[in-house]
Amino acid sequence: MALWKPDPTFYPSPRDAVNAPPETLAYIVAFDRAAEKPDAIAVIDVDEESASYGSVVGWTDLPYTGDELHHFGWNACSSALCPYAPHPHIERRYLVVPGLRSSRIYVVDVKDDPAKPTIVKILEADELAKRAGYSRPHTVHCGPEGLYVSALGGANGSDGPGGIALLDHTSFDVLGRWEVDRGPQYLAYDFWWHIAHDVVVTSEWGTPSMIEDGVDADLLLGREYGHALHFWDLRKRRHVQRVDLGDEHQMVLELRPAHDPTRTYGFAGVVVNVEDLSASVWVWYREGKEFKVRKVITIPAEPAETGDLPPVIAPFGAVPPLVTDIDLSVDDRYLYVSCWGTGELKRYDVSDPFHPVEAGSVRIGGIVNRTPHPSAPDRPLAGGPQMVEVSRDGKRVYVTNSLYGAWDDQFYPDGVGAWMAKVDSGDDFTFDPRFFPNGDDFRGLRPHQTRLQGGDASSDSYCYP
Amino acid sequence: MKDGSLIALVALGAFHGLNPGMGWLFAVARGLQERSRALVLQSLPAIAAGHAGSVFVVAVIVTLTGSVLTSRVVSIAGGVVLVGFGLWRLLSSRHFRWVGMRLSLWQLAGWSFLMSSAHGAGLMLLPVLTHGSIPVPHAHSHGITGGAGDAVSAAIFVTIVHTLAMLTVAGIIAVLVYEVVGLTILRRAWFNLDRLWAAALIAAGATTLLLAT
Repeated sequence: MALWKPDPTFYPSPRDAVNAPPETLAYIVAFDRAAEKPDAIAVIDVDEESASYGSVVGWTDLPYTGDELHHFGWNACSSALCPYAPHPHIERRYLVVPGLRSSRIYVVDVKDDPAKPTIVKILEADELAKRAGYSRPHTVHCGPEGLYVSALGGANGSDGPGGIALLDHTSFDVLGRWEVDRGPQYLAYDFWWHIAHDVVVTSEWGTPSMIEDGVDADLLLGREYGHALHFWDLRKRRHVQRVDLGDEHQMVLELRPAHDPTRTYGFAGVVVNVEDLSASVWVWYREGKEFKVRKVITIPAEPAETGDLPPVIAPFGAVPPLVTDIDLSVDDRYLYVSCWGTGELKRYDVSDPFHPVEAGSVRIGGIVNRTPHPSAPDRPLAGGPQMVEVSRDGKRVYVTNSLYGAWDDQFYPDGVGAWMAKVDSGDDFTFDPRFFPNGDDFRGLRPHQTRLQGGDASSDSYCYP
Repeated sequence: MKDGSLIALVALGAFHGLNPGMGWLFAVARGLQERSRALVLQSLPAIAAGHAGSVFVVAVIVTLTGSVLTSRVVSIAGGVVLVGFGLWRLLSSRHFRWVGMRLSLWQLAGWSFLMSSAHGAGLMLLPVLTHGSIPVPHAHSHGITGGAGDAVSAAIFVTIVHTLAMLTVAGIIAVLVYEVVGLTILRRAWFNLDRLWAAALIAAGATTLLLAT
């Protein structure tokens, strides 16, 4: 049902969105690695005034097993206010939740009981395959033509290319493949856009056969995982430019364009440099009509005893930082960088995007360090800060600890565990000791991406500065 | 021309100008993007031109048809179409789709034409077109009669009056929002004009039908 006034969670500009009220609930997707129990959406109370603050207050179990929930997104966001096709009287009420392994897509309604979302639609894998030619759906963004869903794999027997599928934003039916001309693009992972400049950016991980059984050392050392960014024309759906970061920079994952719609720069995280195991963050920027990239952050590997390392990295005698997620605050001031291997969450002041300045760091988990959370200082933790989500006002940063089933098992072979932590980001940058859902709180499932009620730093795009 | 018809024509123009979806918001967005009031002002005539084109098409079809058929037939057929279109606008959750912020002024006019057409902006003028007794050079004293030339003149007159009203209101709002109020107003004051719009279409269709019987 249409509203009489715009959905209150839509903001014309990022300047307005930073004044949004604090979120009271967080939605976390959690999956069963053994694929014996159904994956689920956990609802966490994040209202600091609440008696159940920091605990799981609701669950929505899926009807199937083996989905491997990973990333997800809203049916509608602030882009509904964009001037060329405004439709601001729809509601932000559905979460669109793909299963990365099963290729199913669930649509979940959070309106009636926000603490217990209900499943309202299930798109089966063959619908995505038949209509769009894709499988392994991943990132979801609400945009001008509907819902855009990136997918890692091809379908109907082919491993690739991965790309973007378009979903109708009212019926959620798969409308088809987004790309009209994909140029040289084959690998896919994340995507986002400069919505006011009609530019789409996509990144590269690998096809299903390259990732689903774990990281493949031959492919990695052969430099065959993704190492390029692609720029597209959002209107014409055409590939415009491929920018290679250098094939030593393996796995270009998360993309975080500036929220300010007048700007055309953004950040991309690279998991590992195969020459020295460092990780890096790059900035892309437009110069004339061309996009260029520049490495602005390098995080070195940390030396370690071979005996402390899992087999996959034991020969190297060092822990790679493994930057697997980054997130940019809505005011474009701070970039948060997850080092899943070393167990560190770094904060950089990126007011000048070309010269990031480190402005805080916390340690938790890590392949070697196993740093405990301050609320349980005697308990070593496996896993590391992985998916990172930032509140709209930029004051609260949430992290969960699982990367991807098969890869968790390689890097944390004794068990990755399950935990979520919150970091308060102000003048200081420190853990909130009251917030640490972990272990059995997640019923044996591994938590992955977080979405905050009403929107967060990676959910909305804005058409007005 | 009856005063009532002229007032209706201007009022509908103002109503169309008021709707953010009809273009003033796009003009503001373009201005904000480049931090340029000049761009806001440049965008408005292009938007008005597209709107005028959309209205003119309907106006000329109605007036030309009126010059060969009896006005009663045109009114009843038009009224039925209008009520149907209004109901569809009211009940459907589909909305106009378009991708792209970076448009030339020509493209912007094209966008406005499509936006206005998809919303049936011209259709809303049907009661005025069929019963407005539009004064055209050499027209008869009661309504649109005579040759095709008169019909086209009538359509041009309707389009100009309507579009001037639309442009005036859209321009005032665009400049006010750009210079003074700011876009935060959207969150508080952007009422669902689409529903009101659909109701207006139905009312216009019903009026046309009533006047025809």
